[in-house]
Amino acid sequence: MSTPARPPAGRRLPRQFAALAGIAAVLAALCLISIAVGARSMPLGHVLGALFDPGRAPEDELAIVRGLRIPRTALGLLAGASIGLAGALMQGLTRNPLADPGLLGVSAGASFGIVAAVALLHVSDFYGYVWFAIAGAVAASAVVYVLGGLGQGGATPVKLALAGVGVTFFLGSLTSAIVLSSQAALDRYRFWSAGSLAGQEAGTLWRVAPFLLVGIVVALSIAPALNSLALGDRMARALGRRVGLVRVTGALAVTLLAAASTAVTGPIVFVGLVVPHLVRLITGPDYRLLLPFTLVVSPVLLLAADILGRVVVRPGEMQVGVIVAFLGAPFFIALVRRRSVAEL
Amino acid sequence: MTLSVAAGRVTYRVGRGAVSGVVALRAALLAVLLALAAFGLFVLSVATGDLALPLADVVPALVGGGDPATLFVVQELRLPRALVGLLVGVVFGLSGAVFQTMTRNPLAAPDMIGITAGAQVAVVGGIVLGWGAGRGTQALGLAGAFVAGIVVYLLSLGGGRGATGYRIILVGIGVSWACTSLTDYLLAKALPYQANQAIGWLFGSLAERGWHHVRPLALSAAVLVPVTVLLSRWLRTLQLGDTVAKGLGTPVGAVRFTLLIVGAGLAAFGTAAAGPILFVALVSPQIAQRLAGTPAPPLVGSALAGAVLVLAADLLSRYVLTDVGLPVGVVTGILGAPVLLWLLTRANRSGSGG
Repeated sequence: MSTPARPPAGRRLPRQFAALAGIAAVLAALCLISIAVGARSMPLGHVLGALFDPGRAPEDELAIVRGLRIPRTALGLLAGASIGLAGALMQGLTRNPLADPGLLGVSAGASFGIVAAVALLHVSDFYGYVWFAIAGAVAASAVVYVLGGLGQGGATPVKLALAGVGVTFFLGSLTSAIVLSSQAALDRYRFWSAGSLAGQEAGTLWRVAPFLLVGIVVALSIAPALNSLALGDRMARALGRRVGLVRVTGALAVTLLAAASTAVTGPIVFVGLVVPHLVRLITGPDYRLLLPFTLVVSPVLLLAADILGRVVVRPGEMQVGVIVAFLGAPFFIALVRRRSVAEL
Repeated sequence: MTLSVAAGRVTYRVGRGAVSGVVALRAALLAVLLALAAFGLFVLSVATGDLALPLADVVPALVGGGDPATLFVVQELRLPRALVGLLVGVVFGLSGAVFQTMTRNPLAAPDMIGITAGAQVAVVGGIVLGWGAGRGTQALGLAGAFVAGIVVYLLSLGGGRGATGYRIILVGIGVSWACTSLTDYLLAKALPYQANQAIGWLFGSLAERGWHHVRPLALSAAVLVPVTVLLSRWLRTLQLGDTVAKGLGTPVGAVRFTLLIVGAGLAAFGTAAAGPILFVALVSPQIAQRLAGTPAPPLVGSALAGAVLVLAADLLSRYVLTDVGLPVGVVTGILGAPVLLWLLTRANRSGSGG
């Protein structure tokens, strides 16, 4: 949709950058709050002390901050950014507003990997799960991409989306079948599938961080190509884009981002589905702006929900997946209603 | 009456052109084949069970003939289940076809845009709060789905442009996720036996269906299916986009409202009778569209494909995977997904591939 009232792009950019900086500042503040709030809360002054002057901070506070809160916050930051970015890429690649990071079969593949590892191979070590989840996710998305790309015309958006849905439901059914017949798999699966940032150690973060960082770089690098793709395959080709290459690169980035983050946090799909739509209200359809904004807005949403989940039912916790969807959905609907939505 | 055949289509005129239309031969043939398959599976579903009945006895017993024992087994025990399977497949397939055509999005099924999620939260809430026994489940599922459908429509109004297909999808996502997270929360709060009951319902099942499940479903199908078929003319113009549809004289707003209510109603009655058998509404129209080679999901074909899928999945879950005891909602995914994927891979034109 074109709105003629908008000023030309040149004058719009500084405002966009100011907005980006503002959101980044909010994100930084949320990180501090996330480190401060929990079963044992501490004043912000102590947090800053533990972060920047560790020599004088009390031993126990240092242990909490370093051992629990920083890994959790960093995980929220990375996982949020990745899942949001994966969602934006997926919507761009399939040109479908219903596309979420799980659409390439990633979440379903990860769940199946975990459940199969527990039920069939009797894996019980936590680090074992992560690798099985990643392997399942990568295999599932490869199958989706190959199936969606067979036949003349290659991987058209509709074929890709439908192949993804097919594989997702197929693996989902198999997962349900295993879960229904194996108690051990059910327990592990329920814990994982609720979607949570809690109980992760720094070691997990280091294992998945390389995947996520590579994914983020690849994702940002194909933003201009996604803009051409939005005009349709034929137009993109006429503009000199190698459409097939862009799609493979995009699918690769989605797989890296979604597989690694889903493996650790469980499927927090809603963030990836909704944040790109929210961001589109600010930036319009330009992926060169959309992707960086998504990168900072998604962790804001995820961290805010995680902090809220730690506060509302103290001393227990509510899973971040539940909070994000429950609070995010009305907010999302309100935004959709207020503004004219930029269609994909 | 005059008939003319060209390019795989039959054009008919009755009277002096007062009534006329075009029938695509391939779509018509597909509908006939699917109907035969559905009937075959239906009879097979009645014939197989702990006490296997010969087909020669089953067919007369369906219409009230034969010895009393066979009559009892067929009419009281097996027929309700088979009928629920058949009708649920029909209403889900049709509902999916309506939503996918209306929003011009192959992923827009009642499962994706909040209607099924509304039924889920109502039923799980009922079970957890203790009003979920017997027929209460049906009523709650029905109410939840309808309320969700109306909420999606009302929320996507406004902004001066009315409820466009795109906006319905976005609002539907929001409603769907709010309901899903509420369901998750309720499940986490539930006592173990309540959680088991709720999860059993959430998978969708045809076990222990009686005539009290069949009656509301059959009545609603008898009303809503003809209405949908009557609306199909406008549905086809809506497929061309709002502007073109308006130019062709379609009352876009009114048609979209009616279609949304009809589509939600179909999904609501189906969910009330058998639980949310996910994926049927999404995949049946896509399978039918690819088999028929039409540019949009054919309504009759989608409905029959849904029926075949649900009946076949039910048979498979009862007699092939007996030791696992899977609910039908799990088997539809295992059965339907490969068919869709196979059809996708053999698409040789970008048109039939999507």
